[in-house]
Amino acid sequence: MPPPQSTASAMNMIAALLEQRSGQQIAANRAWRIETALKPILRERGLANLDELVAQLVAARSGELGDQVVDALLNQETSFFRDAAVLDAVGDAVQEMRHQVSDRRLRIWSAGCSTGQEPLSLAMLFAERGMGDGLCAPEIVATDLSPAALARARSGKFSQFEIQRGLPVRRMMTWFDSQGGDWVAKHDLVRRVQFRQHNLTADPAPPGKFDIILCRNVLLYFSPAMRRTVFDVLSSAIRPGGLLVLGAGETVIGQTEHFTPSERFRGFYRAAIPSLHTSRAAAAG
Amino acid sequence: MKTCLVVDDSKVIRKVARHILETLDFEVREAGDGREALDSCLDTPPDVILLDWNMPVMSGMDFLRALKDSGLPTRPKVVFCTTENGMAYIRAAIEAGADEYVMKPFDRETLESKLQIVGVA
Ligand SMILES: C[S@@+](CC[C@H](N)C(=O)[O-])C[C@H]1O[C@@H](n2cnc3c(N)ncnc32)[C@H](O)[C@@H]1O
Repeated sequence: MPPPQSTASAMNMIAALLEQRSGQQIAANRAWRIETALKPILRERGLANLDELVAQLVAARSGELGDQVVDALLNQETSFFRDAAVLDAVGDAVQEMRHQVSDRRLRIWSAGCSTGQEPLSLAMLFAERGMGDGLCAPEIVATDLSPAALARARSGKFSQFEIQRGLPVRRMMTWFDSQGGDWVAKHDLVRRVQFRQHNLTADPAPPGKFDIILCRNVLLYFSPAMRRTVFDVLSSAIRPGGLLVLGAGETVIGQTEHFTPSERFRGFYRAAIPSLHTSRAAAAG
Repeated sequence: MKTCLVVDDSKVIRKVARHILETLDFEVREAGDGREALDSCLDTPPDVILLDWNMPVMSGMDFLRALKDSGLPTRPKVVFCTTENGMAYIRAAIEAGADEYVMKPFDRETLESKLQIVGVA
């Protein structure tokens, strides 16, 4: 007899776990993906269906199984130089900011960096534009919720499939070594990025203020309320006048007062500069 | 509409490539070996050539050399396809004048990304 199918209530519980831990919602018409994504975990544990998995989740003392489930359900799709024109514009913005700030390194936060292609692309771009070392090299902090994605990012190891998505061959020859069928980023590239685990919906922002924050293709599946909370976190981490970069098709409009469309850089958002009035009030209060 | 010349001795691979390229709005021409490809280029140069590297009649390397010597006023962009991914191998092809490379088998997204990189998509 084939094992009984997973029930809708088990799927709902797993979707709820994902949303609670990550803010990510799964649309009803994509619920079937849950079972597909969790197949390897079911197989590994000898479980017949999601109901049995839920039973283990409830019984488990540590959160380890929960972490594993959440990790498997996160959409970690990314590529090198994704929306290349946008990253070029980030390079332009950094060059412009350098004219105003010369006494410290600029700071960039790649929030929701997945397996690292986004921050590594930025590091290549900066180095190629003569902003690779010393004071003029921006500091790049890259964070993600998923420990598995971060471990891969830190290893700098990419499959042939991943490497040829978006990465021009000359850059590949400069910054990567071939190893078996894979490609490994040179230490000189990986060292330019600080990878850290961070949950946008639960943790305070990484310390210090950032000049530019990229949070691309992360907020798509958040509820409006959760998005608002995340914009608050991003706003707490950005310098007044700093730039926020979202994914294609994502916007802040109607969702936060902390950011407004940048006039100088199309598609980017400028962090509000507190007026004298409000900063005085803040200082007083 | 941009034109792409697909050069491969395998009819099946040409067919797959044609299918993908047509969904990307390319006009597609085919050649079964390097000589045919060279004739086709001299006749009407395409915008880009998807070039198999290991062909029996005229290798990809020989084709690139012949193309260079042919005196075409503007050289089409060349994306070479291969099943090998050693660094030395890729470097040799780039030094011979290829602009990009793609590993076989490739999917639509990968090919599109390479065509964007060489500036034709
Ligand atoms: C689709 S990827 C986008 C990667 C990259 N920014 C890009 O645009 O190519 C989304 C990433 O966001 C991460 N993520 C999802 N929810 C998160 C949260 N609450 N906190 C931090 N990262 C999260 C996922 O683990 C995943 O790696």
